[in-house]
Order: sequence, then C-alpha cells, then structure tokens
Amino acid sequence: MLIALKNICKGFAGVEVLKNVSLSIASGEIRCLAGENGCGKSTLIKILSGVYTPDAGSIALGGREYRALRPIDAIRGGVQVIYQDFSLFPNLTVAENLALNTQVSKGKTFVDWKEMRTTASESLEEIGVSIDLKKLVGDLSVADKQIVAIARALLHNARLIVMDEPTTALTQKEVGALFSIIKKLKEAGISILFVSHKMREMLDISEKITIMRNGAIVSEGEIEKYDARAITYHMTGHSIDEVRFEGAATEGDVPLLRVEKLGKSGVFKDISFSLRAGEILGVTGLLGCGRTELALSLFGREPADTGRIFRDGKEVVVGSVQDAMARNIAYVPEDRLTEGLFLAQSITRNLFSATYDRFTNAAGILDTSTIRSEASEMLRGFDIATPNSNNPVRSLSGGNQQRVVLARWMSTKACILVLNGPTVGVDVGSKFEIHKKLREIARSGVAIMLFSDDLQELISNCNRILVMHKGSIVCELGGASLQENDIIDCLRRLS
Amino acid sequence: MGKLLKRNEFILFCILLLFACFVGFVNTGFWSPLNIFSLLKSSVVMGIFAIGTLMVILSGGIDISFPAFSVFSFYITVKYLVAIKYQGTILLPFVLAVFIGMSLGLVNAFLISKFRLAPLIVTLGTGSAVTGFLRAFVGTGIIPNLPSSMVAFSRMNILNTALPDGSIASLSVSIFLFLGLAVGAAFFLKYTTLGRGIYAFGGDPVAALRVGFNPIKIQCFVYGMAGALAGAAGIVHSSLIRQANPRDLEGFEMEIIASVVLGGASLTGGKGTVLGTVLGVFILVLIKSSLILVGIPSDWQKVVVGAVLITATVATAYRMKRHA
Amino acid sequence: MLRGGEKMDGKFHLRKLLSTGNNIFQLTAITLFTFAVMSWLVPDTFFTMRNLRSMSFQFPELGILSLAMMLAMLTGGIDLSIVGIANLASILSGFVFLRFLPEGASNEVVLFFVAVVVCLAVLVGLLCGLVNGVLIAKFSVPPILATLGTMQLYTGIAVVLTKGAAVVGFPMQYSEIGNASVGGIGVPLIIFLIFLLLFLLLQKKTVFGINLYLVGTNAKAAAFSGIRTARTLVLSYMLSGALASIAGIIMTARTNAAKADYGASYILQSILVAVLGGTNPSGGNGNAAGILMAVLSLQFLSSGFNMLRFSNFAKEFIWGVFLLAIMIVNFCTNERHKT
Repeated sequence: MLIALKNICKGFAGVEVLKNVSLSIASGEIRCLAGENGCGKSTLIKILSGVYTPDAGSIALGGREYRALRPIDAIRGGVQVIYQDFSLFPNLTVAENLALNTQVSKGKTFVDWKEMRTTASESLEEIGVSIDLKKLVGDLSVADKQIVAIARALLHNARLIVMDEPTTALTQKEVGALFSIIKKLKEAGISILFVSHKMREMLDISEKITIMRNGAIVSEGEIEKYDARAITYHMTGHSIDEVRFEGAATEGDVPLLRVEKLGKSGVFKDISFSLRAGEILGVTGLLGCGRTELALSLFGREPADTGRIFRDGKEVVVGSVQDAMARNIAYVPEDRLTEGLFLAQSITRNLFSATYDRFTNAAGILDTSTIRSEASEMLRGFDIATPNSNNPVRSLSGGNQQRVVLARWMSTKACILVLNGPTVGVDVGSKFEIHKKLREIARSGVAIMLFSDDLQELISNCNRILVMHKGSIVCELGGASLQENDIIDCLRRLS
Repeated sequence: MGKLLKRNEFILFCILLLFACFVGFVNTGFWSPLNIFSLLKSSVVMGIFAIGTLMVILSGGIDISFPAFSVFSFYITVKYLVAIKYQGTILLPFVLAVFIGMSLGLVNAFLISKFRLAPLIVTLGTGSAVTGFLRAFVGTGIIPNLPSSMVAFSRMNILNTALPDGSIASLSVSIFLFLGLAVGAAFFLKYTTLGRGIYAFGGDPVAALRVGFNPIKIQCFVYGMAGALAGAAGIVHSSLIRQANPRDLEGFEMEIIASVVLGGASLTGGKGTVLGTVLGVFILVLIKSSLILVGIPSDWQKVVVGAVLITATVATAYRMKRHA
Repeated sequence: MLRGGEKMDGKFHLRKLLSTGNNIFQLTAITLFTFAVMSWLVPDTFFTMRNLRSMSFQFPELGILSLAMMLAMLTGGIDLSIVGIANLASILSGFVFLRFLPEGASNEVVLFFVAVVVCLAVLVGLLCGLVNGVLIAKFSVPPILATLGTMQLYTGIAVVLTKGAAVVGFPMQYSEIGNASVGGIGVPLIIFLIFLLLFLLLQKKTVFGINLYLVGTNAKAAAFSGIRTARTLVLSYMLSGALASIAGIIMTARTNAAKADYGASYILQSILVAVLGGTNPSGGNGNAAGILMAVLSLQFLSSGFNMLRFSNFAKEFIWGVFLLAIMIVNFCTNERHKT
C-alpha cells in the first residue's frame, strides 16, 4: 500500500464530518473519490495532505505511521494535492511556482535560481509542454495554470497525486491530454486520486472508485462493476431517473427576447436568437467559446458593443445590471459563493438583496413584517429547509443555497431567467430538484436560458441547444431524439 | 518579464532624475556636494524604516507601529546607557535598540498570527500602547547628552570635500549602514527560501501554507525585522540629531508608507522590490527638501506628502487594474 | 450543518450571527459594570451630578466620530481621515466668523451666521468624504491607504491655513452648541442622540443601510444583485465625512477654538468604540446601539481614570491595550461559536 488512512474521525464545532473512514491506495492506481457536496471528501483530502489533523485514527505513509501529518510530512511522503484553484502564486514566475516547493521541502536556506530554472524546464518537458518560464503565473490561461500545477506536483518524487475536480476548466481536447498524462503517470508507478462529480470522467478514466456519503465510505470497488445509476444511487441514497423536459414554447407570439447580431469585440460576434415564453434554451461550448460573456452581456454586467436586443418586440438597451433588471431579466451566476451569496448574512437578506426597493414606504422605510412573511412563502415555494430565516445562508447546504439564489431572482418577477452553470457543485439530489423547479418556472411562462457544460443536464432540460465556438454560434440542435453524442459530434467537428 | 520589473524601477529612476534636474534648474545650489550629502543623510533613517515596512507590506500586512517602537527603543537605550555612564562603542546601543524593537515587533507578530487579527488595527493598538507607556512611565524629557560613541558616530564622515567658501562638506557614514541593509535585504528577498516565502505568502497565503511555508515563521520574521530595523533606525536618528527626544517621529509612518507605495509595492502583498523602495525614499526626500528650495513654505509638507501618497496609490491601483 | 469542505477561515466571518439582543445585552452589562466600578473607586467625584453632567457633554463628539468610523467599517473599509475632516471643517467655520461676521452684530445676524457656518462645515465634510469615496470606489485604492493619504492632505491644508495656530473668536451663540442645555439635557448629547436614532433607522430599515451590509459582505454579489456598489460606497464615505464635520462643530463649540491637530487620539478611540460596539472591521456587521454602549463605557473609564490621576499618556496606553484585548476576545468568542 502506498498510503493507508485508518479509522479517521474528524469533526468541526461538534459536527462529525468524517466517521471512521479507512482508505488505502496502492502504487500505480487510478482511484476516483466520488460523493455529493458535504459528504466529507474535501476534508478527507485535507487530512491526506496534512492540512487538517484527524481527531482519531492514523495515516500510514512511506513506511511510517502518523497520528498527525504536517503538510511538509505529506509532501516528503510523496503526496501532492492539486486543488481546484491550483494554489499557484500569481505574483511569481512559472519557474518559481514550479520549483519553489522543492526548495522548501529540501529545507534549503538559499535559493539557487539556476537550479530552479533547470528543474522547472525539465518538469515541463516531462509532460511535453512548453510555457515561458519567466511569465507571471497570474498572466497565464486557466489550462496553462493547470499544467503548471501538475508539473509542479510531479517535481518532487510524487507518489500520489490528488486532483480536485481537475477537468472543470478544461476543453475537451485538454481533458484528453490530461487523461494521457494520467496514464503515463500510472505506468511510472504513480497513483492518482481524483475527486470528481462528472460521471463520464469517473467511468472513463478510473480503475477503482470509492463513494462517500455523509462522512462515511458507502461503496468501493473496481469501476467495471459500476454504472452511472449505481454511482448516483450510492452517492445520494436514492435512485433518480430524470425525464426529458416536454415543455413547449407558446406559439406565434412575439418572442420575449430577441437578440440580433450581438457582438463584443474579441469575445463573441454575430449572436442572434429568439426566446419564447415557456422555452428552455441551452447554450454550451468549449472553454473560451464566449458563452459566459454572452450571458453577462444579456444581464448588463458586461454589455455588448454591437447588435440589438428586443424585449417583447421593442428594442431596448441593456447597458447595466439595473437596465437588465428593469427589463425583467434575471441572472443566476456561475459561482454562487463569490458572485451570488452573502454568506455571513441572513437567508432573508440573501432572498431580498435584489428587491428590497419594493418593500419601502413613502418615507423610504422598510416594511419588515411583509418582508418576514414573504420570506416564509419563498422558502416554502422553493423547498428550502431551514429552522430560521435569520440564520446565515452559510448554514445551508449547496443545493439549498442555490435555491435561495433562484428564489431571489424569481421574486423579481423576471420574465427571462439566465442561468450560468446552475448545478455546478450541487449534490445530485438537489440537482434534480432544481431542474424540476426550472421546468415549473418555464411552464409558468418564463423564458429560460441555460448556460452549462453538463451535457446530460442540457439534453434533459432544453428544447433547443445552441453550441458556441470561438465566439459564434455554430450549431443549433433540438428535437426529442437529441442525444449527448450529437452535441459531442458537433464539438468534435470543430476541434 | 525581467524587463517588465526593471521598467517600473526604471520609471522611478527617471522620475527621480527629472525631478532633481528640475529642482537643480530652479535653484543651482541643488547640485552642491553639501546639498547632495545632506539629502543622502536625510534619507538614511527613512530608508531603514522603509526596508522593514516593505517586508511587512510584501507579506500582505501593514505596520504603523514602527515609529513608536523606534522611539521607545532608542529612548530607553539612551536613558539606560546614560544612567550607567556608558563609554563603550556604538555597538551596544545598536544591539540594545534592535533587541527591544525586535521584541516589540514579535508581539505584533504573535497577535497577528495567533489571533488572525487585522494588522492595521493591531499595530495601531500596539503603537499607541507603547507610546502611551513610554510617556506615562518612562519619561517625557529630552535627553541632551548622548553616550560619546553615539555622538562620535554622528561625526563619522567621509568624502570630505572643500567648498568654495572654505567650509568642508562630507558624507555621513550612516548612508553605508542604510545601503548595506538595503543590499542585504535585496539579497535576502531574492536568494533565500524565507525571502521568497514572504513573496509567496503575500501572493496567496493559503497556497503558501500548502506548499509548506510556515506562516507563523514568516510573520514573526517580517514584523520582528520591522521592529528590529525600527530600533536601529532610532539609534541612527538619535545620534544624528544628538539628542533623545521621546516626542520625535510622530506621524512618520505616513511618509514611510508613502515612499514604499511610491516604490511600487502593493498593499495586497507579493509585489515590490528593495530597489523600488530605495528610489521611493529618495524621491520623497527630494520632494520634501526641495519644497524649501523652490520657495514653498514648510507647512505645506503634510499636504505634499498626502498628495504624493494619494497619487502613488492611485497609480498603483490603476496599474493593477489594467493588469487584471 | 457544516459542509465538510469548508475552509478554516478564522477571521470574523465565522461569527454566528448573534441576534442583536444578545450582543447588546452583553454590552449593556459591561457599561453598567464600568459605571459601577468607577463609582465605587472614586465615589465623591465620579458619582456626582456634576460629573454626570460633564461627561454627557464630553462623549457625544466621540460618539459621532465612532458612528462615522462604524459606517466606514460596515463596507469593509476604514476612515482614518475623520479627525482631519473634523478639524478642517471647524477651522474653515472659524474663518467665516473671523472674516465675515461684523463687529457688534445683532443676535439674529449672529444666529444666521451660525446656521450658515454649520451648513458650510457639513458641506466641507461631504466634499472630503466624496474625495475619499471616489478614491476608494472609482480608483480602487485600498481604504487604508486612501484615508491615510487624505488624512495627511486635510490636516496639511488645515496647517497651511492656520500656520499651526488655533483659530479663536467664535461668537457666544456658537459655543452654545457645545455648552448649552435644553430641558436639562446638553445640546451635544441631543445632537448625538438624534444621529444615533437616525442611524438605527438607517442601518436596518432602509435599503441604503442594508446595501451597506451587503456590499461589506460581498461586493461582487452585491453588484450581481443590481446594487450600485460604487454609489453606495461613495455615499457612505460622504456620510462619514458629514458626521465627522458635525463632531468637529461640537468639538470647537465646546472649547471655543479650532486647531489643525486637535483630537488626534480620537482615531484610536473611535476604532476602539466601533470594535467594542460589535462592528466587524472586515465588513458586513455592526450596530449603532452597540456604539452607544461602547462610547459610554469609554467615557466612564476615561473620566474615572482622570479622577484616579492617570495621565493622558497612561490612558493612551490603556486604550491601546484595550483595543487589542477586545480583538482577542472577539476572536476567541468566534472560535467557540463556530458553526
């Protein structure tokens, strides 16, 4: 065994997060760690890497048994973690980011720049990539940053590389490249543990899978023994089958939203489409295709330079978020933690952050009793479970938090709802609940635009799907028989 | 990339040169050895403070307690040495003051790292506490007679140049203390793991922890060093003015921070160089002293320093925004 | 329910949102305790009508400055220039009296001048606050640096205008603001209470107030919610500036003089009061009721210390230690309440 965690228990403020978890990984093994948000997999990783100390249990690594691992012990034992944010230093050069670890772990006092440069270039060669060593990491693209992160991990005799959601920001092609790197590492005897919620990747690349739920391991085994349904079942505890969305757009009317040749220099161009009430229009594409920027331009956050927007047939200008809101356009952002929520504030405040204006009387004073009652209604309507709406929104699970954001925007009486990656980082159970809610919203006459890279989500929920590439719409797909492969084919044709 | 860095310091150097030429044009007395030596001498104390402050700012923190620590260190040192009728070398005063300053700095480090408190508020608290303590319990009187070695230090000069009117202008040796510390700091920041760790920590403290840097070690170092340098600067300051005045250096942190920010350091951490800071100090000293030479009354000093600080921070923030 | 992956963010953010009632209760207890202790230590001088009256004239200016500081902290910033603004505003007011008020003017004329001067001072405060706000919101200058710079600038302008000397010659009617009583209550106290009430209303019952908390918690999410973050920030610093200038008016009305370097220790004290009163320096949390309790506690301590013959320097030392102690206590309380 390369590393063995034995009977690990960990709790925070009286809440048990890991309950008697034991995990062993052999050399040259590709293991997937699966589980919903909150199941404890992130905590487990942090214990593996020495960032957290377990309350009970031990870790066997490199022939030694540890009661408490320090980050430096884990690094010396060959454990390298690549976090989703890559943990790189934006203000330092590529060379430094690559080689600084080694200097620290070797306990060196003085920095040998020449040695760092050699080390750095060698590590990049090993993966077969070339990046300018003198560039500041802050100036690199996301994909390049990940490459630097992986190269760095390889640098000190890594025996186990842990990757946390490694493919989130990668294009299809880059995912392929990553998988070949993983295979190469396996052949060299290095183990990979990757945390993912993307079913396809779990099934494609891993050899063994460990599934966690509520702080314990509920299932483990060779990947051949599992399929998507089985994994979902273990992760959530229920079987979930999603039915395709059958909603129909109301015929003949003036479209709720029409966009004509919308463009933003360097980002997207010639975007035209119509959106009717009751429709769910999907938008997808590879990384860098401009879809997030398009979404932000529809919401006025980053307005377009050229083109026209029509609401209910009349031309409008959406030059700011306030303009968009005045036109009943709502936006649920990609990253709810940094863009959508006020974590320390109460659920009530999060619900009304966009609509407090509506509750003021002539003197500008807020009507708190109405706010309170409306809050209860909203919580019920969106199935948000909380004992007290004054609790900080941080106390809710990821799925409930996303529902708060959704509820907030629906309370603005929006006619057009733009969602960007609405179920990213949301547990499987909540994901389907949110889809159900979206369909309900569509049926009530709202037009929805769903920007996502989760192909299954798009297929299940959209009437039509627009595929973007390098800033333009390249395919429009639709129809009851649409399959994931159709979208993949369209994307493949492009690259 | 190396070119980009050089560009920032290069711009500063050009500003310095241009400004010097401008002042020199308005007042030809500017280029006299007497004036240049005097300017260099004025920049020593500021410069030593600035090096310490730079390191704190690089790590993502801020320190406004260092003038208070400096005064405390030199006043107590001098008071003690005078009381025991000290006759030895300048070494002991420096050692004592550095030790006191460093201890105070470590208190800052402890509070900031253990309790994760905001550095601004912590250093505001410790600075006020130390100043209050000094004045309440140690003394408020000016000590006019320094130990002989300190007086001798203030007289140590080189480059004695004869001036047309018969007097002699010379350069204080203290400038080498400053430049030596600057070179040492630059070397430290570039060639030691701890030095790079300061940059790393300022760039991303979480990543620094994950890479294996010890945040407590880093913070103890930067705040301790800021305190130590404050102590050293205090001895130099006291020697150069030949007295120990416990009311000195009040509000000095503004000018120091202004010069560090002018030198290109970013308050968010991870950005800045010793060279930039040194140039920033020179520019600020030049601005302050040239006010008189170009005929602006000295009450405008505060206004000018304030304006410089504001301009420098706007420029830095603007540059960072463009970069993002 | 704690999500397993949550990062250990040890700063204030992890504080469970204590219901306002609880926090204020604790603070009130501290205030009463302080009063009791001081009364016990120096009964003959502290626990007298004369002292109570005297204290009620002294703390309002600090109270208003602390409200200004709290306002800046709500959005996650800080305003180090408030004392500079207070002094500048009052110096300019003094000049108006010196230059324009005719000798032996009638009561009505003087009162008119007083009204004009008060408006002028508030205007100066608003403008200074506007500069702060623009630097911070439009130019993205960190609040520490922006207000450090403007503090220098405003104080510097005041020094240039006065050459360091005090501005005197305020008319008697003006000093009434600082020394008169209405219905037994001092005018400064009345002014403070009015602003306190307005603030209490603002903070929880107006959209602007709630926006302050939201912007202070997460400015990006605020922008995504349609809140005009830049405008909110600029307005909040303008309001701080106006409050500072009002504090300045009271300060000069009480002492009948305006000076460029007056009240330097008020910066430390206002931060102390704000933090003691429950304001989180990182933003998103604070309550004006807490400010009232905190400023009272500080006043009791200050007066008590004076009576115990503590020098001003000793008091400064104590305030410094006190500030650190409160921050440490807050940290420990957070750790215990971590959910």
